[in-house]
This record gives sequence, structure tokens and C-alpha cells, in this order.
Amino acid sequence: MTERRALAPFGRRRLEIVAAGAVGAYRLLAAADPDGPAPRPGQFYMLAAAERWGAGHDERPWLPRAFSFLRARRRPELVLEFLLEAIGPGTARLAELLPGDGLHVLGPLGIGFSPPGEGQRAVLCGGGIGVVPLAGWEDELERPTTLLGFRDAEHAPAASLFADPRVATDDGSAGHHGLVTELLARDIDPETVVYACGPPPMLEAVRALCGEREVPAQLALETGMACGYGACFGCAVATRNGYVRLCLEGPVMDARRLEVVR
Amino acid sequence: MIEFCGIQLAHRIVNGSGTFDAIAARRAFGDEVLERFPFAAFVSKTVTVAARGGNPPPRLWEAPAGLINSIGLPNRGLDGYLAHDLPQLAELPVPLVVNVMGFTREEVAALVGAFAGRPEVAALELNVSCPNVETGLIMGADPTETARLLERVRPLTPKPLIVKLTPNTSDVGAVAAAAQSAGADAVSLVNTLRGMAMHPRGDGTPWLGGRTGGVSGPAIRAVAVAQVAEVAERVSVPIVGMGGVQSGRHARDLLQAGATLVGVGTESFRDPLAGARIVDELASPAPRGNREIAANHA
Repeated sequence: MTERRALAPFGRRRLEIVAAGAVGAYRLLAAADPDGPAPRPGQFYMLAAAERWGAGHDERPWLPRAFSFLRARRRPELVLEFLLEAIGPGTARLAELLPGDGLHVLGPLGIGFSPPGEGQRAVLCGGGIGVVPLAGWEDELERPTTLLGFRDAEHAPAASLFADPRVATDDGSAGHHGLVTELLARDIDPETVVYACGPPPMLEAVRALCGEREVPAQLALETGMACGYGACFGCAVATRNGYVRLCLEGPVMDARRLEVVR
Repeated sequence: MIEFCGIQLAHRIVNGSGTFDAIAARRAFGDEVLERFPFAAFVSKTVTVAARGGNPPPRLWEAPAGLINSIGLPNRGLDGYLAHDLPQLAELPVPLVVNVMGFTREEVAALVGAFAGRPEVAALELNVSCPNVETGLIMGADPTETARLLERVRPLTPKPLIVKLTPNTSDVGAVAAAAQSAGADAVSLVNTLRGMAMHPRGDGTPWLGGRTGGVSGPAIRAVAVAQVAEVAERVSVPIVGMGGVQSGRHARDLLQAGATLVGVGTESFRDPLAGARIVDELASPAPRGNREIAANHA
């Protein structure tokens, strides 16, 4: 379970959507991937609808979009699950997909999470759509603490995708009224390792908190990507040692490599 | 086999410089990249004398039917390329073309000279889309500047020199003719068209960290076909045509416009094996009849 990168088959492949449905404000897509390798939690895929990818709003989308997978199940063939929220031309088109539709995928890509060290306790901290890469990771860990933050009760149903989460909402309409990082601050100690994914301000708060308390943290970052496999150099993220391509060096990065999350 | 500047190639499809990183691809996909390498020759990303970190993000903006990128030519510099990149690129199953760029003619000369004696390198491509810091002129936007550059570097190597032309000029045919007269063995075009996107928050600032960028993808395909045709009327050296190619039909259009090879660029971002698909499609062209002609405006 220490391998952090499963190699992707060379070239995108066409999968078939086998299930699609709503989870609160989000859309869950499941696609059969009979020829794909099992991904490692924290890795991602480049997704595009096989049909009508383009000429939507503003004549877009055109490039594939990067998504962490939610879970990869063996039934017995591999089924990949993705969660998304329709907020732009790419996600809007993906949200239209129904069972039987084609999905182009490239992946799994990037480097996933590293397991906790001997005696370390895992705390998962997710915000919004950033809860996604933590689901498959929660499945592999022994009794982790899972803290999830959402905007409101409309988005909070995504917590049902986890085993035993504690929930915070910005508006207090579900769970703790406030930020998930407030829950995190109460829950970390020197024996903790934090795994976090969410919007940049949340990840910056996690980075700063864990840095201050000297708690190791692995952050799954997101940035715009054209290709996902190191060709475009578009996903540059500033580290203490200069820019790196997030698709190759991440998306999961040790928080100590970052001066700030933007 | 196809002959290009004395180099034997298995087919007519190559990559555009900076649109496929063979070293990174092996990290993501393993040795399958070598077994199914999609291109007949590999054109590596621009090398400069000094190492460059690249432009501040954001570096990408999805445009209608394409992309604006402002990457800023990150690379390890000449020494880093020779020590780190070249040995790995020499393992590829196809000839290697090294793309170089300098901010002065002497820098370009240093780069050309450094690769002149390297047996791993089949040809050199000169990126002339940057300003000469001594004159402020974009080298490849001006026929005289382009000719001066070729006159300086031509004596340094017997290897084929390919000039990557910029479309951001008033007369690309004149620049191509000047390049040929001064000793270029081939020209490649189009590089990206300069473009800009405003920040979506609407405060009048540019989105890209580098302010402007280069537009690529199907949005510029018609421009590429026109410029390749224009250059083909002005030069007799072979042309590498590129710009928005997504299919065998698009590649065929550029070949018919006068190209000898066709570069696949941004389409590889959508599928790293796009080049191989285009090779297959080019080998078995779909018939074009009256129905296809009518379909354009139907």
C-alpha cells in the first residue's frame, strides 16, 4: 500500500457510464474501466465527455478536466467513481452524462497520499468538492478521523459518502457552524498526520496550522491543467524550490514544500 | 519512409515543440511511451542558454476551441539539458530535433554550436519568436533579422536547421524566403498567435501571469492553412505545417497546402496518443464527395 503512483495506460480510453445520480448539490458518475489499473488514493484522471465535448457555452469546453476519483471499486471489473458540481462548461457537460454515455479518461495520473508512519493517527480534512480524494483514502486507513466542511446543507449530503465524518458548514445549516479548520485545530496533536483537500484558503489555513503545531500534512492541490501528464507546463505551482508541475510532482504534496497555498 | 532534410522518417506526423514532454510522459505512462511512440521525430521543448523557471501562474486560459498559454519557456538551460534531458531523449525510438532560442544572436550561436557535434541530435529548430534584446525586434518577425541570425549560425553546423516561424508578423512569406536565402534547410509554422484574456473577475487586469500568451488549437487552424500555403509559394525547402490539427483530414489539408510534415500540438494535451490516431487516419483517408462538400454549410 506504499506505492503512490499507479502508471496510466498510454493514451486516453473511452469508458461507459454505468451509474449517474445526485448527491446533494453534487453529481456522482460511475464509469466501468475494465482495462484500467487500480488507482492510488490522491491520484487523478483527465475527463471529457466522449460526445459533444465542445461548442457549449462560449464554444467550450475543449480541454479535458482534471478530477480526483472518489472510489475505485472491483465489482469484479474496475468501476471508477467521480463527484462533480456543475459550475462551468466542462462540469456542466459532464453532469449531463447518463448510463450508457461515453466518457474519455486519461489516467490514473500524478502521485497520491503516503500512509501514516508507525503510531501516527490520520486526520482527514476536506472542504467542498475537495472531500473527493479523501474517500478512497479513508477506506484504506485504520480508524481515521474525518472532518468535512461544506458551504451549506445543500452540499453537506456528500458527507454520506464517508464512514464516520464530522461535518461543518459555513452557514451552520448542518453540523458545526463554522470552518472545518476550526474542527481540525481541536483535533491535531504531535501524533497526528493530516491529509487535506479543499479550496486554496482552506488548504492555506491547514498548512499554516500544521506548520505552527509541527504536524505533518499532505495537501492535495488543484490548479488548471491542460494535459495532466507533464506536456503543457500549465499547472505550475510555486514551492520553496521554485515551480513544479503539479500533475507530475503532485497533486498530493507535503505541506512543508510550500511557503503558501494560493 | 519519408525523407526530410536527409533524415528518414517512418511517417509525416511530428509533435510541435513544447507540446509533448517525452521524459515526463515516461513518468506517467512508463515504457509504453517508447513502444507506441506517436511521432516520426521528436521535437524537444525550447532550450535556452540559462535555466528558466517560467512565467508566474496562471499559465493557461481555455479559449473558444483552443487554449491561450503563457508558459515562459521553463527549461534547465543548456548545461542542464545536455546533462539531464539529452541522454533520456536519446533513448527515444525516433530522430531527435532540438528546439533552441536565444535572446541575442550570440546566444543562438552558442546553442547551435553546443549541439553541432552531438550525434544524438538529428536537426535543430530555431525558435525565433522572442525579442532580440539588442534590437528589441522579434527576430522572426523581420526578414532582415531572420537572415542575420541564419548567416551567423549556418556555418556552425552541417545539421539541418529548421526555422520555426511566428505568425505574429506582417509578411510570413518574406521571413520564410529570407530564412531560406540565408541557409535554412526547412521552416515550420505556425507558432502560436499572440492572444490575451481578461480576468474573469472583471477588473480589467489580464488573467495570465505573463499578461499575453499564445493561442493554439482548432481556433487557429484556418490561419495555419493559409500561412503554410503562403510560405509554400515563397520557398522550396520543406515545410513542417502545424496549427490546430486534430485529425487525419486536418493533416492532409496542411500537406495539400504545401507541408512535407505535419506537427500535432495542443491536440496531444487532450490525448497523448492523438498523433498515432492521426497517422492512422492519414493512411486511410475518408472519401470526400459532394455530400462532404455540401455538409460544410448544411
